[in-house]
Amino acid sequence: MIAEAGHYALVLALALALIQSTVPMIGARLRDPVLMNVARSTALAQLLFVGLSFGALVLLHVISDFSVANVYENSHSLKPLIYKITGVWGNHEGSMLLWVSILALFGGLVALFGNNLPLSLRANALGVQGWVSTAFYLFILLTSNPFLRLVNPPLEGRDLNPVLQDPGLAIHPPMLYLGYVGFSISFSFAIAALIEGRIDAAWARWVRPWTLMAWMFLTLGIAMGSYWAYYELGWGGWWFWDPVENASLMPWLAGTALLHSAVVMEKRNALKVWTVLLAILTFSLSLLGTFLVRSGVLTSVHAFATDPTRGVFILLILCVFIGGSLSLYAWRASSLKQGGLFAPISREGALVLNNLLLTTACATVFIGTLYPLGLEVLTGERISVGAPFFNLTFAPLFVPLLLALPFGPLLAWKRGDIAGAAQRLYAAGIVALVSIAVLWAWVRGGSAFAPLAIGLAVFVIIGALTDIAERSMLFRMPLSIALRRARGLPRASWGTMFAHVGVGVALIGIVCETTWNTELISTLKPGDVAKVAGYELKLDDISQRQGPNFGEMLAHFTVSEGGKMIGVMTPSKRSFSTRAMSTTEAALMSRGVSQLYISLGDTAASGAIAVRIYHKPMVLLIWFGPLLMAFGGLLSLSDRRLRVGAPKPAKASRSLQPAE
Amino acid sequence: MSLWFLLALMTVGAIFAVLWPLSRRTDVKREGRESAVYQDQLAEIDRDIANGLIGETEGAAARVEISRRLLAAADAEEGSTVSSRLRLRRAVAMVALIGVPVLAGALYLHLGSPALPDFPLTSRARAPVPGQSLDQLVAQVQTHLEKNPTDGRGWSVLAPVLGRLGRFDDAAQAFRNAIRYDGDNAARRAGLGEALAGAANGVVTAEAKAEFERAVALDADEPKARYFLGVAAEQDGRPKEAAALWQDMLSKAPPDAPWRPVLEAALARVGAAVPAPSDSASAKIPALSNDTIASVQGMSEGDRGAMIRGMVDRLAARLKQNGDDVEGWLRLARAYMVLKEPDNARAARDDARRALAANEDGLRKLNEGLKALGIDG
Repeated sequence: MIAEAGHYALVLALALALIQSTVPMIGARLRDPVLMNVARSTALAQLLFVGLSFGALVLLHVISDFSVANVYENSHSLKPLIYKITGVWGNHEGSMLLWVSILALFGGLVALFGNNLPLSLRANALGVQGWVSTAFYLFILLTSNPFLRLVNPPLEGRDLNPVLQDPGLAIHPPMLYLGYVGFSISFSFAIAALIEGRIDAAWARWVRPWTLMAWMFLTLGIAMGSYWAYYELGWGGWWFWDPVENASLMPWLAGTALLHSAVVMEKRNALKVWTVLLAILTFSLSLLGTFLVRSGVLTSVHAFATDPTRGVFILLILCVFIGGSLSLYAWRASSLKQGGLFAPISREGALVLNNLLLTTACATVFIGTLYPLGLEVLTGERISVGAPFFNLTFAPLFVPLLLALPFGPLLAWKRGDIAGAAQRLYAAGIVALVSIAVLWAWVRGGSAFAPLAIGLAVFVIIGALTDIAERSMLFRMPLSIALRRARGLPRASWGTMFAHVGVGVALIGIVCETTWNTELISTLKPGDVAKVAGYELKLDDISQRQGPNFGEMLAHFTVSEGGKMIGVMTPSKRSFSTRAMSTTEAALMSRGVSQLYISLGDTAASGAIAVRIYHKPMVLLIWFGPLLMAFGGLLSLSDRRLRVGAPKPAKASRSLQPAE
Repeated sequence: MSLWFLLALMTVGAIFAVLWPLSRRTDVKREGRESAVYQDQLAEIDRDIANGLIGETEGAAARVEISRRLLAAADAEEGSTVSSRLRLRRAVAMVALIGVPVLAGALYLHLGSPALPDFPLTSRARAPVPGQSLDQLVAQVQTHLEKNPTDGRGWSVLAPVLGRLGRFDDAAQAFRNAIRYDGDNAARRAGLGEALAGAANGVVTAEAKAEFERAVALDADEPKARYFLGVAAEQDGRPKEAAALWQDMLSKAPPDAPWRPVLEAALARVGAAVPAPSDSASAKIPALSNDTIASVQGMSEGDRGAMIRGMVDRLAARLKQNGDDVEGWLRLARAYMVLKEPDNARAARDDARRALAANEDGLRKLNEGLKALGIDG
């Protein structure tokens, strides 16, 4: 009954989505408030039914009802409870259900908290949201139904892919989906604005919290995924330019650009047409990202669904939504009125530069990811575009972006003073140069560019702090007044600072890890000692242990530094009998923000075991950076104040002229 | 609560979600407006100027810009009118009332399986679903025992099933665990002996015989142990002793004992007479007709032949893979002699000599054994 009730709830949600996608939009066209208000109740009811459906699937996984094909294929009665729950979205069907659940959640939130929106905008936006949900409900019900039953239920399930049996699965996909799907709201608002044919600064005010929320979750989701890959896959890498990672990076880059251009729009009523385009592109890239993974077009760890019949459906959805929205844009964009003007050197100008660089970066990732696919379709030739391509194209785009970053917040709206901004950044520049010099003198080995890159990161961090210091008039006013002013600053300004500092912090981590990481691959017998980066790691013994649904081989290492024991590390290899697969569980030991990393390889007949030991300096900063960024986003989100970009008036030159 | 009732309840909820706003009046004045945002922005400018975050001149310029937007927004809002389309509303209500249940019902009946009940793990563990194979059940019990290895009752249930499935090594282990965790008794010792004999292709080894003797010590009337002690005697070349034992069992046995035909067949095999049931027993049930006995005997004869054949073939296959087993070769040769197939016995002898060529000690033992069987040469 649980499975059938969940199935029916999903079907009902589809019926409601169909009404939500038509009635309110007709109402908005005819200006009938009652019809427009149908959007709210249907969105909320949809949330209820999808919630029921998702809850039913979770319950089925928890009670191991193997008469449901999805549970049989992806669960096992011996799995620990947490993996029974996370296993719900550790497979294609379940993850699509999570996707629509989050979509319905956002729709419900707009319906609940959208009281400040004009009726017709809300109706149209929820209507567009209804189209998206309709497409996804159909996709799930017709091609990826998680509620299909087995007449003769097998006794035991086939278990979840062991790589996914990790707490990371509890956090990474929901976060990522909250990000992907969150951008559907800005998309719906953009389409609604295009349909209504008018868009203004107020639009950006309304979209702001949704975009920020989506961006925050996407940032955290990507960072979490990267950390998960780092400790689970056992290669010690944290970013592989894997197509699936790129698929999540593209909406992030576009979303970051959207976040900044929306600020210009809200404060200065400029860049409206461009912002709408970015909103469409960001969600299109989210859709593409979801489907690149789902369709199995890309062969990677993530492609747990490989079914060509779904491909056609996916292609259809992509064509309708991306093609349709872009056509609508081409048709209606000219009817949108252009807004405020600004000089090239101004806050707006800086944000335009930010947008240009971010979207170009996004485009390079897009090409690098899809070019091999296109080539294979057209000529049948298989090539792979890997890290060298992305490193080569990304660096030239990000260096100017980061160099310009501290200038942006210091420039005035409408017309800025670059010399004045530069003057205020003297301190940041000097600190950056000193750190470059110190690094060159002090550090041995590694690329000569590394100190330069760290200098750049220091410049970004100090530059972001300078902005806050300037605004609160630190060093120019008595401390008590500066503190009072700092408290009085809008939380969005603090958010900007944290996010920008986060970029610098992540860059330091990335540069240090890639330049000075030490790797040792060796075969050790119990009693052997390996020396890495000043640490001595002694393999004490190797033991076996039985887990709930796996057998585990543990290696015990004693770690000492300078003869003093500092801890124990126990990397392990787990073998899962149901799928006849094994996973490596790396052991990590944090020393400050650096880490020691051990992962096990194969055992030799002699009892020796292959190990990879890494010392990764500053590696944790790679993930602290995104955490800071998301924290900045949270601060900005909590800022309920209105945003105004006061333009700097043209110099009152008349008063300087001699009187006649 | 039945499934259909639940589905109907959900449908009503969905229809209600559409009808609810249609039945309510909407106060347009209370809805959000664009001009409200600009008014708030103007207020924000005043606050920022008061806090000294922006200068007076910048503030004035911003105020001019925002006022311009405010005017434009107010104009647009002025121009918007509200209409009410009663007929359209009624049409929507009809669509909700009819369309939602029809669409949802049709799609669900096409995709769903309303007739299938739930099969959660806990309820299936109590009542096995018909159609499940014995192997699956055994696997389930085994996984349970892997987690709770001291569950003696579980072992004692599993052990005879494993024996019947022909997994003798597993069965022997299970009987040993049952004895260790759930107490020693004659039936378990006899079962262990039977499993050991099964693992040795039906030969009652010394180890198995020891178990049967322990069982008889615990319960002098344990039928399985006594039967196999007879088999042991027969295999040791003392058929008379075996026949005496079996005859004693039959004369004491209740007439409805299920193992009666087995004993009768065994007696027939060694050429001994089947004793009449004891007086008290024969008074209760009529004696079996001779035809019936003959048919039973004939059947078990054929079955037994097939069984022996299978065992011999298995042994031969095993020795082909792993020839370093003197006892095995001798057993194979003896089996062929019993089956009256001397050619095969000689072939086995030659194979054995080839397989044991490198093993001087084994070769000597083999030759001695072959001499005893009379196929030396």
